[in-house]
Amino acid sequence: MIEQFPALIVVTPLIFAFLVTMAGLWNRKLCFPLVLIALSASVVFAGGMLAVVISGDKPIHYYLGGWAPPWGIEYVIDHLNALILVSVAVISLLVAVYAQKTLEQEIHESKLPQFYTLFLLQITGLFGITATGDMFNLYVLLEIASFSAYAIIAMGERGADFAAFRYVLFGTIGACAYLLGTGYLYIITGSLNMADLTPLLPHLFYSKALLVGFAFLIVGIGIKMGIFPLHIWLPDAYTLAPSAVSALLAPLFTKVGAYVIIRIMFTVFDPSFAIKLYPVTDVLGWLAAIGILFACVMALAQSDFKRMLCYVIVAEMGYILIGLASANRFGLTGAILHIVNDMFMMACLFTVAGAIFYQTGTRNIYQFRYLHRTMPIISALFIVGALSVVGIPPLCGFFSKWYLILGAIQAKQWGLVVVMLLSSLLMAILFFRVIEIVYFAPPTDQRHAHHKHGKTGIVMDNVPLSMVIPMVLIGIGIILLGIFSGVIIKHVIAFAIPSM
Amino acid sequence: MEIVHSATPLVALIASLLGAVLILLAGAKRPNLREFWTMAAAVTQFSLIYSMLPHIMQGKIVVFTIIELYQGISLQLTVDSFGMLFALLASFLWIIVSVYSIGYMRTLNEHAQTRYFFCFAMALFGAIGVAMAGNVLTLYMFYEILTIATFPLVIHKETTEALRAGRKYLAYLLTGAAFVLFSMGLTYYLTGSLDFIAGGFVAGSGSQDLLRLLFVAFIIGFGSKAAIMPLHEWLPSAMVAPTPVSALLHAVAVVKAGVFCCLRVILYIFGPELLMNLGLWILLACFVSITIIVANLIALTQDNLKKRLAFSTINNLSIIILGAALLSPDGIRGAMLHISFHGFMKITLFMCAGAIYVATRKENISEMGGIGRQMPFTMAAFAIGAAGLTGIPPVCGFISKWYLCLGTLEAGQIIFLFVIIASALLDAAYFFPVIYNAFFKKTAGKTPRIKEAPVLLVAPLIVTTAFSILFCMFPDAFLHFFSLATRSVQTIMGVL
Amino acid sequence: MIDTLSTHYNYWVFAFLLVVGLYSMMAKNNLMKKLIGMNIFQWAIILYFISIGAKRGAQIPIVAGAHGQGEELAIHAAEYINPLPHVLMLTAIVVGVATTGISLALLIAIYKKYDTIEEDEIIQRLQQ
Repeated sequence: MIEQFPALIVVTPLIFAFLVTMAGLWNRKLCFPLVLIALSASVVFAGGMLAVVISGDKPIHYYLGGWAPPWGIEYVIDHLNALILVSVAVISLLVAVYAQKTLEQEIHESKLPQFYTLFLLQITGLFGITATGDMFNLYVLLEIASFSAYAIIAMGERGADFAAFRYVLFGTIGACAYLLGTGYLYIITGSLNMADLTPLLPHLFYSKALLVGFAFLIVGIGIKMGIFPLHIWLPDAYTLAPSAVSALLAPLFTKVGAYVIIRIMFTVFDPSFAIKLYPVTDVLGWLAAIGILFACVMALAQSDFKRMLCYVIVAEMGYILIGLASANRFGLTGAILHIVNDMFMMACLFTVAGAIFYQTGTRNIYQFRYLHRTMPIISALFIVGALSVVGIPPLCGFFSKWYLILGAIQAKQWGLVVVMLLSSLLMAILFFRVIEIVYFAPPTDQRHAHHKHGKTGIVMDNVPLSMVIPMVLIGIGIILLGIFSGVIIKHVIAFAIPSM
Repeated sequence: MEIVHSATPLVALIASLLGAVLILLAGAKRPNLREFWTMAAAVTQFSLIYSMLPHIMQGKIVVFTIIELYQGISLQLTVDSFGMLFALLASFLWIIVSVYSIGYMRTLNEHAQTRYFFCFAMALFGAIGVAMAGNVLTLYMFYEILTIATFPLVIHKETTEALRAGRKYLAYLLTGAAFVLFSMGLTYYLTGSLDFIAGGFVAGSGSQDLLRLLFVAFIIGFGSKAAIMPLHEWLPSAMVAPTPVSALLHAVAVVKAGVFCCLRVILYIFGPELLMNLGLWILLACFVSITIIVANLIALTQDNLKKRLAFSTINNLSIIILGAALLSPDGIRGAMLHISFHGFMKITLFMCAGAIYVATRKENISEMGGIGRQMPFTMAAFAIGAAGLTGIPPVCGFISKWYLCLGTLEAGQIIFLFVIIASALLDAAYFFPVIYNAFFKKTAGKTPRIKEAPVLLVAPLIVTTAFSILFCMFPDAFLHFFSLATRSVQTIMGVL
Repeated sequence: MIDTLSTHYNYWVFAFLLVVGLYSMMAKNNLMKKLIGMNIFQWAIILYFISIGAKRGAQIPIVAGAHGQGEELAIHAAEYINPLPHVLMLTAIVVGVATTGISLALLIAIYKKYDTIEEDEIIQRLQQ
């Protein structure tokens, strides 16, 4: 049974996506339970595969349709993508539960089946990208994920359709660049299977065509994952999307992109290609450094909470790239850990943004005054997410940052170390600005009036439990990931890092 | 050295964390239950820490590993003699200040009391964690928790001034933390370990210049919390906080945590021998000497009593670091004793300032003429505390300053002896006008009747005053500060 | 130079098409023209893939006498064109069509909402 899991994890949400459409024609109420079934099953599949990989220390290979590689499509689950799969599955299940109530407010009821179909297709794509061991199959799944993203983002508020159209243009350029890169690899090696390419490529390292192909691949994925300066589509698209969609896409899509970059740079190509032969990692590192500072400054300029978070994502992607740029065990440990941690942190913050919007109807941080009195739990969760991004131990954000800094120190990239430290301070300014408003807004006439009546009591959040519970779970996840980061590193990430 | 593996340190830590959660659950609707949890957590924590004292006195250390992280790093609690000293100090004073807090907050009918007590308990969680941290990473974790938990206390009043102070506070302390993070990473890179070892562990792991850089980064990082000039700006501003906060956090937990960390760096990461070779101690000593003198001079100009006390704190913190920077056994012993004794004396003074505020709403010294006749107990306690800080027996400040002076002589640095004596004179110069003003200044009109603050405010400060005198007569009484300091010096200097 | 041009002229064509597509995506104000540019961009890549599979004088890749009868025959890969890129491009064409479909749907929605598909006018309306 377990050897079927790599296929099942992709196929289950795919089939259920169609079932949801069908069921939606008959009774719209059936859609949501179907989504939950599909995603719960995915969590089981992902968890099962992670358990097998950890206990067996050997990757799971699955040949689609029984065609052996390098001709057929192969799904390979090793430590690295098993970890990512589990995080994607868990986050998407939690976000799906969370989504139900926000959708009642933001999406017209008649569009719910379409929404859930796209939601599942989106997750299908993400699972597929992570699980596949084939360069071209990755392209197809990347496009599945992107298409559903385009459509689902367009369901958002005013201006979302235009943002989605722009995203289509950028996304297509990205996908085409990736396809072109794959084409280059195919021309010079005659193979598309990752495991097959690995031994073939080192003989061709001095070929110019390989370098160009590599560049196309990185740029293509770079657009999809929104690394600076290819991120221009990101803030608009993720800000205007429905809350549930930004809570799903923002944490997951960009991070899965980061996974693909790690896969290509360190598994498909030998690590020495991007580190020693060409200064790819250096270039990425400096781009990341500029990107982080740029994103922090841009985030400071925003008054829209969600848009601010979008720039935070761009900065967080920069951290992951810094881990790659250090190109040593510490840096990569940090980068992989940060992929997982950042999924949880961003899911936490974006769900908080959605919940605040749900209750108050605003995303403007200057209207969050004394929000903790009406939304104590959500505000507390915001603090957890925010402090984690700032990097306060024992929350998980600190630990990935710690390994990233260790990596940069070991690589003697002092500039990157400085950027990381500086950016934590900028993040602190960014988030404490909001915390200050939410908890200790400076006095105005309103507040004095408040005081006179002596009614400073706290009212419980007016957000349904089906939203609060997944959010609390994500918050607990942030804390647990922090405390048990050592366990994850020891049992999973340590094996996921290629030898250099 | 014998190691005792025990979960007591963790349980002691959890006591305040659990207390914080229970305080939050009790909420504003059940204030008595909430205050009960505060007291219960404080007493439990202190008794658990006190229960470990016999082990430490026998020369053992108590170790508990919370969780392994990565090759040679773990979250680990280690209670050694120095950590014990700080933990005892902070947890014991927490009990006293809790009583005082309850009186203060209720009398003034302050807002957001639940948040206040919650953050107080969290801050203690951080401070005790700092005391018991077994390696730099654990230390950093609790150090950050302490910083964040104190922030809401600093801006408790939520006025524009308080918010500005809070921003300043965060700006200084988080920047400091960034320096610590960097130096921590560098330390791990150089040595592959982060565990504190009495006498240091970084020697020989890198070039001299690199180690110098590391030391400077560490001291800038922790020095921001210890308010070494020019990183002291936040401390006087933070005096907008309610007085119990200033009392515990700005005389004991927060700033002492900074000093504690500095001493950990000097004695347990670098070690006296290495610092002597690097020649950095003289630089640090000069810096803190300047702080000592300048802070006292500024204190002379302050009319706000709490601000004056704040500068006095800055001065005393630097005296502690000076003692350690001299790297002589008696200097270190004096420094460690001063951590605890200064805590008792300064908390007395702050609590007096709070009591005066509650009873009369006066904050400025110039308004306090004749107040000694109105509040004799409070002002008597103030006088004793002030005398102690100046170094006059029979108050415990004498003992610690005596050893600090011995330390300068032992190190052969007469100049620093003069610094300490000059600072004592300046102490006198800014404290005695307050006392004189309070007792001897003629007030216009009739003599005011005795009108003390409520007993919940006066009793704690009388207790701390009594302890201040007790510790002069018997420096080793009850909390055994003297033996703990002596034992730490012995382990650091390698003679046992 | 002439030699490369003449023997690899197909690559030059694709490069030209790519640039044309990219240019119209970037420079045109009309969203429909951007969409057409995007299509040109995609098709250039598809053509490129197809041409790398082609060989002069090779035949279509159907092996005579397979299925249990042809194993003894030696097959020279050089005699057949490479089918794999073509198969892949079938998928890519589907992807391209889907992209076009989605973008057209978006365009219709945009046109309904803003009564225009000129980019600057839409931005202007969004800012109101």
